[in-house]
This record gives sequence, structure tokens and C-alpha cells, in this order.
Amino acid sequence: MSSETKQILTTDGIPLEVSLKKAERKNKIKAFLLVAPLLLFLIITYVFPIGDMLLRSVDDKMVTQMLPKTFKAMEKWDGQELPEEEVFAAFHEDFIKLVEEKREGKLSTQLNYTKNGFKSIIKKLRRASKKFEEGNYKEQIMSVHKRWSDVEYWRAIKRRAPEVTSQKYLKAMDMYTNEEGKIVSVDEDRRIHRILWLRTLEIAFFVTVFCFLMAYPIAHLLATLPMKYSNLLMICVLLPFWTSLLVRTASWMILLQQQGIVNDFFVSIGLVADDNRPEMMYNKTGSYVAMTQILLPFMVLPLYSVMKTISPSLMRAGKSLGGTPFVAFWKVYFPLTIPGIGAGCLLVFILAIGYYITPALVGGASGTLISNQIAFHMKSTLDWSFASAMGLMLLTGVLVIYWLYNKIVGIDNIKLG
Amino acid sequence: MSVNKEFVKFDKVDKSYDGKVLVVKDLQLDIAEGEFITMLGPSGSGKTTCLMMLAGFETPTNGEIYLNGNAISSIPPHKRGIGMVFQNYALFPHMTVYENLAFPLRVRKIPKDEADKKIDKALSMVSLQGFASRMPGQLSGGQQQRVAVARSLVFDPQLVLMDEPLGALDKNLRESMQYEIKHIHENIGVTVVYVTHDQSEALTMSNRIAVFNDGKVQQLSSPDELYEKPVNSFVAEFIGENNTFNGEVSDISGGKCKVKLSNAEIVANPISVKSKGERTKVSLRPERALINPSGTMDNIHNGKIEEVIYHGDHTRVRINLLGNSEFILKVPNSSANLDIKLGNEIKIGWNSEDARALDPK
Repeated sequence: MSSETKQILTTDGIPLEVSLKKAERKNKIKAFLLVAPLLLFLIITYVFPIGDMLLRSVDDKMVTQMLPKTFKAMEKWDGQELPEEEVFAAFHEDFIKLVEEKREGKLSTQLNYTKNGFKSIIKKLRRASKKFEEGNYKEQIMSVHKRWSDVEYWRAIKRRAPEVTSQKYLKAMDMYTNEEGKIVSVDEDRRIHRILWLRTLEIAFFVTVFCFLMAYPIAHLLATLPMKYSNLLMICVLLPFWTSLLVRTASWMILLQQQGIVNDFFVSIGLVADDNRPEMMYNKTGSYVAMTQILLPFMVLPLYSVMKTISPSLMRAGKSLGGTPFVAFWKVYFPLTIPGIGAGCLLVFILAIGYYITPALVGGASGTLISNQIAFHMKSTLDWSFASAMGLMLLTGVLVIYWLYNKIVGIDNIKLG
Repeated sequence: MSVNKEFVKFDKVDKSYDGKVLVVKDLQLDIAEGEFITMLGPSGSGKTTCLMMLAGFETPTNGEIYLNGNAISSIPPHKRGIGMVFQNYALFPHMTVYENLAFPLRVRKIPKDEADKKIDKALSMVSLQGFASRMPGQLSGGQQQRVAVARSLVFDPQLVLMDEPLGALDKNLRESMQYEIKHIHENIGVTVVYVTHDQSEALTMSNRIAVFNDGKVQQLSSPDELYEKPVNSFVAEFIGENNTFNGEVSDISGGKCKVKLSNAEIVANPISVKSKGERTKVSLRPERALINPSGTMDNIHNGKIEEVIYHGDHTRVRINLLGNSEFILKVPNSSANLDIKLGNEIKIGWNSEDARALDPK
């Protein structure tokens, strides 16, 4: 009995476990050093930017840092009546400091985002503050402009107190916090983001469906044809991969435009009248066609790799046991391809949801996606925190889909190749 | 009850895949009801093609196959009602054993309680009760094979096809499965067409064996007849071990013939030779030749022992006899008194009846 529990020693008298760890340590270090460059690369190019994006999207420190004393004094204020003298005095102190640093303009811009009307009264306050006397700042500030005695404006200032904000996220959902601090939607005619989100999901969904419908037979052919034909077909499938994305999108523009090849063909076979050529580009149709073609290989390859492993004798067995070809396919073959379907759909959907170049070029106004909006705010309005917020929402959406897939199908059931 | 002698009938069946080469040539084969028939042959001999045509996965290029009197060439596989066991089992990996067995019953719309009974019966037939809820991946090769056999029988087909079902198993398991399949066949009386390239498997299990080569049935007969009385030199060489002498018929009379070898003359049983001067190959089973024979044998010659290999129950002795240095003898272990040593000269004799003069191929 005791010999079973006794520690096993090596011939040198060192416990075996210790000796084993020592012997393996070198290998572990070697293995780690081998992956270290990639790890570092991932941290720098992936983890760090995403973290930065997250911070940027909720960051609202600017006003907080400009009015530190004011916000401290405001902590006790309930926001019902005008604040006490104490708050006014702190505000005056902060304000004078900002004027000395010539930063009061920035403050007025920021506060104006929260409530219209701050710009002029801050300008007036700056001029008036030079003549302020010590003490009783409440009276003096209120006398500068009647808005300074409006409690609404002080509430607006208080709303900027927290260092973090969800306003960018609300904006991405076409919502904002109103003067009462309630979250409400913007007017119907000013909503654009919700439409874009829905359109992004819609296009990603249908592109996935189209890809699946087209890729399934192709992958099946690839997996069952004799080698010499399947190689040729495989090259056809992979050919788009060897062509630049931009070139492919540009060629779709040549094909799909109103005076383009496809329309010419339709006219020549009499499908459409020459003076009534359909618009197949600069709308959703263009996005659908081009994105489906570009994302097709991402569906074909996982399906092919799964189908390749399914023995043809399984279908034969299904048939010999009395199943019609359809039953044999549906009950035997199809369930076995689900890992490939899952992998392909997930891949295509995730790529499609963040697609940028193609919808930008062939999508037109009705075919652009949320990614184009993100790019717009990155490049044109320079509202990076808003772009970050939308980017993160997109990322979260993808993670949710991933999680759902894991719940429903199981992620270990996925086969990428 | 009269047994249908032509339960399955291949009538002048040809098969070609590429329009240039016939893999099955003019096949004429009748299989009786309840029979266990094995198609035996080297790979590429057309035996699997025949099975696939019977199952419906290939169509004959010419000719017709009849099942119970009905032409079946135009009937798709799923309507033929033929059970099939595949080489790699072909169990559905995403279904449990129960679901695998239920598949043929469900597509036939058999009510669940009746189906459950059939499944229980089929599983107990292959002694796998209690395995119904396992996945095929959790079973050993032998168990998977049994499930495949049970699945092919569960819907009570009249005919079951087996395509090298034991090929993937190890030797011991293969032998025990051979007996198991044979007993199942005896118990339920289903007609079985079995394809294999393993001659011992064929000899163990079958009522009759069809030896295939080059797209043709070389011989169709019971295992013992196939072994004892091969009709041509391919069968003689393919089934069991065989000593051969190439020579020319020098005399033929009274059911015996004399065959002139390069340096001697032996007496043989003329099977496929008809006249003097024909080339022939004389085939003799190793166990039919005796050492130090009694005087009644009509072939007695001296040979020199060139190799002795100990095999446990017997000893293989290679002898240089009449210019054939590949002449094999099997000496049972009990005959220890014989003086079998390398280089010894010994006397070897056999009856002319056992030396079959076949085609010279």
C-alpha cells in the first residue's frame, strides 16, 4: 500500500516529477520563443488597437478635465433648483484658468454639443469675467446673460461630468439623451444608422444564403469529380483569390453598368428594351452580385474540405437500405456536411458584415453598409470616437453570432479545412 | 418447398467503363435461393463490378440481371430491396446504432413498435444487445462490422450483398467473424453474395465459389471441388498451394496421360488436354505427394531437399524434383521419424489421379 503512494525517484534521487518538469522546461521555453514574434505581433496589431478603440469610443474626459472644481462642487447639487454660490465660485475659478490658457473656446464647442446656446454665453462670460469682483459669483455670472440663470444650462454642464459616455453608442443607434436625461430616438427623418445596420445585416444574410446555394453544388462536384476535372474546377474557384479585390470589383462595374456587357447581352437577346436598361449597379443588386462572387471561395473551401472526407459508400448505403436519392442525401449526406456549412456561413457572414470596398464602389446610395459609414467618420468628419463606437458594435455583433453558433451547433463542430 | 435455382440470374452480362475494355465478359451465373455464394478473384477481376451491378450502382453495358425472375437493370438501387454490407462498413457516423438500424425501417414506414422489435432481433443476432445508443465511432472495428451486418438484415431482405466486409479487420477477428456470418446465414436462410479476394475466407464460408479472373468466371463450384478439382491452371494456382510441371503430352489413353518434362516423364490425369503433343501444366497439391511412398503409386521420383521451414504444426520442405526447384511438400509434425535434413535425397510419390494436366497458361 505504502509503496503505491511513495514518491517515485529517478536514479539520482530527485523526485521523478521534478526531474520531468526540468527536462521539459527547455522545450517549453523553445516553443514559447518560437511563437513569441507572432504573439507580440498580435498584441501590437490586434489587442492593443481594439483596446484603444474601446477606450476612444467611450472617452469623454475633455470637459471633465476642463472643469474639475465645478464638477466636484456639483456632486452635492440635486439638479432641481439653481446651484449654490459654491458651484458658481468653482465654475468661475475653472473658467478663469481656461481663459488664461485660451481654452474656453473648446469648452464652448463641447458644451454646445450637449446643449445649443452655450457658445454665445461663454463668449459673453469671458468678456464680463475680466471685470468680476471677488465674492458673490452667482449674482455676477447670472447677470452676464439670462441663460446663466436657467437651470437647464447648469444641468447640461453636469451631464458632462462623467469621464465616460455612451453618447456615441446611442448616436450609432440614432438615439440621444434629451434634456431630462432620458434616452430617446431622433426624429424619424433624421435616422440613418438604424437603416444602415439593418441593411448591413440584410445584405450579409442574403450574400451568405446566395453563397451557400451556389457553393454547395460546386463543392460537391469538386469532392466527387475525378482528379483531372476537379483540379481544373478548383483553379476556377481559386482564380478570384489570385486577383486583386479592387480589380474584381472594377470588372463588376464594367459588367453591370447600364451600358455594360450584361445589359448589352440582355438587350441583344430581347430580354429588356434598349431604352429601359435595368440598373444593376449603384444599388443593392450591385452589392449582392459583387459580394457574392467575391466571397464565394470562402464558402466553397470549407464545404469542400468536409465533403472530401465523406465516403461515397455512405450515400450508396443509404440508397441500398431503401432511401430514395433525396432521402439518402437529406438524412445521410447533408447532416455530415453541417460542420462545413457552419464554417462557411460564419466566415462569409462575418466577412460580409464588415465589407467595405465593394459596397463603396458598386453599392451606390442604397447599397452602402455600416462599414462605409465608419470610414466616412474616420476620414471626413474625423469623429474617431464615433467611428470606434460603430466598429465595436460591429465586433460585438460578430461575437454574438459566434456565440449563438456555438450554442446552436457547437464550435468544435466547425471545420475550416 | 421447391428452391428457386435461379433466384439471381446474370444473363450474358457485359460491363465496360470506358468503351474499350470489358471488365466483365459474357457473365452467365445463376444463384439459388438461400445460397451463400462467394465471388473470389484478384483485384481488377470484375467481381466487385458484378456486385455493384446487382446492387444497382452500376448498369450492365449489355445483358440483363434477373432477381426472382424480374429484370432489374432499370430498377434504381433503393427499390431493389437488397441488403448490402460495405467494405468500410459505411455506418452513418452521425447516427446511433439504433438510428442506423432504424434507417431502412423508417424509409419503409414501418411502425415504431414493430421496428423496435426488428432492431432488437437484429442486434441480438450479432450479439450487440445494449449497444443501441452508442455512436459508431465508439465501437471497435469488429463491432462496427456487426452493426453493418445487422443493418443489412434488419429489413428482412431476400438477398444480401457483402463487399469484402472483413478486409479491415485483423486476422483473429476476421476468422471469428467468418464463422459468425456463416452461422447467421444458416440461421435465417437469406441468400448471400459475398465478394472477397481472400481464398480461405471463401473456402470457409461458401456453399459455392465463383472464381473470377479477367472479367470471367473461371470456375463455379463448391469449395472442396474447387480445391480438389480445379478446371484450369489459374484456379489451381489461385486456390491453395500448388506444385506445377510444364511439359508436353506424349501419350494419352485410358483416362491417363503421360507428360514429357525436360528430363523425365510423369503420369497425369488429363483434364484439359485432349491429344498427343499438346503443351500442358500439371498441377499437384503439396499434401498429395508423400515421402517414401508405398509401391502402389504410379509416380515415384527422387528429389533433393533444398530448404526446410518449420511452421509449428507442419514443416514445409522445398525440394528440387525433376528440374523443378520450387516443389513444396508439407510434412505433418507427427512424422518425426522421417529423415528430413537439408541436402538429403528423398523419394517422393503421388497418384496420377491427383496430378491434373491443365491448360499450359
